Amino acid sequence: MTEPMVKFENVTKSYGALTVLDSLNLEVAPNEKVAIIGPSGSGKTTVLRMLMTLERINGGVIYVDGEPLTHMPRNGALVPADEKHLRRVRAKIGMVFQHFNLFPHMSALKNCMEAPIHVLGLPKKEAEQRAAELLDMVGLSDKKNHYPSQLSGGQQQRVAIARALAMRPKVMLFDEVTSALDPELVGEVLNVIRKLGAEHNLTMLMVTHQMGFAKEFADRVCFFYGGKIAEQGKPEEIFNAPKEERTRQFLSAVLEAG
Amino acid sequence: MLWDWNYTWEIMPVLLRASVVTVEATLLGFLLAAVLGLVLAILRMSKNNWVSIPTAGFIEFIRSTPVLIQIFFIYFVFPEFGVVLPAMTAGVLALGLHYGCYCSEVYRAGIECVPRGQWEASTALNLSPYVTFRDIIIPQAIPPIVPALGNYLVALFKETPLLSAIAVLELMQTAKILGSQSFRYVEPITLVGVFFLVMSLVAAAIIRQVEAWLNRTLRISGAER
Repeated sequence: MTEPMVKFENVTKSYGALTVLDSLNLEVAPNEKVAIIGPSGSGKTTVLRMLMTLERINGGVIYVDGEPLTHMPRNGALVPADEKHLRRVRAKIGMVFQHFNLFPHMSALKNCMEAPIHVLGLPKKEAEQRAAELLDMVGLSDKKNHYPSQLSGGQQQRVAIARALAMRPKVMLFDEVTSALDPELVGEVLNVIRKLGAEHNLTMLMVTHQMGFAKEFADRVCFFYGGKIAEQGKPEEIFNAPKEERTRQFLSAVLEAG
Repeated sequence: MLWDWNYTWEIMPVLLRASVVTVEATLLGFLLAAVLGLVLAILRMSKNNWVSIPTAGFIEFIRSTPVLIQIFFIYFVFPEFGVVLPAMTAGVLALGLHYGCYCSEVYRAGIECVPRGQWEASTALNLSPYVTFRDIIIPQAIPPIVPALGNYLVALFKETPLLSAIAVLELMQTAKILGSQSFRYVEPITLVGVFFLVMSLVAAAIIRQVEAWLNRTLRISGAER
């Protein structure tokens, strides 16, 4: 079996007495698309935030591309990672947020140039060219000099996708990326994600409420409940023939709401 | 007659020259306060308690003691430790330090107002802490606090007469000397007051312009906040 791109090994996360994730074990293969679904408070967003190192973990180890992310080897043992190690391994991961989190004081183009220049050390010209190509790919070549406040939510989210891609990650995380959008703008963002999946060699983890999209796009669906993966499998298994009662309840509630 | 116009015109050039010293002390002091304030704000927000707690204590200490005592301390007590400073330097240092501590609280408020998502996006893009502060956080933290910083600029300006206590030849000290020479205090002291009034109003107008300009050029969007 090939080395997993992302591996959670007995990962636990708690806030004080509240356990958000309880010894999570999850492996994601290179190029695999995993959709994470579940009720709010089930810990699904926390999975992505821990992987992006926005949240510290309380136990276990996360591996990315064959090496530990949250820890580093020292004298044959794993010790908690220092900032330098985190920065190196984190470079393999990109994230797109629910609320876009674009830099409001920079144009779309500058948003996509900032990190390539200052992190990858690209010359300004090259960074600008790549940023322009990526904005073109997400269908915004005519908006590259616009500021986020001049763009619609869907356009902002597409800039955010281009910005994350500019760092050439191996793993892309999508955290409810269409939840803050007006319904008519959801499609344009999902189309970009479809395109990414088809054209790029990317491992993707997405937390989503778009069940239709998860069904069509994902290779695997994980249903989270109470800080654990209650059920996982191919989309058709989860959506058409869920084994767990909780999965059935969740899906019927979501599908009823439309 | 209470007001002597001849005398007024006679002392005007002397006071105008002294006003240059006042403006210099204000600008240098505020420059120091603006830089020091930012540094203190960042140190205070450090995750390392060995940095943040002493910094917080230092800021509280400076803010809770009168600036006049700090001026005296730097000018009269530092020499005991071998640090002898010219009066103007000591005065600017004390004002900059005092107002730097006030400014640091303003910066901190500005930095804390930057949405958490901006920090998270910076982490996700792997920006270093330095680049995050320089390119992402500070450009968004400053525009909303320009009015508050401007208030401190005007406040510092109005405190510069304290430097007369260590014989810096700024406006107040010059007016006192003129008064003691001619035994006429009405004109010099009044002129000093008028000067401060006019300059404060001018400064306030400039700050409003800067504020408007920052908001235009940095385009802080309402939607993102």
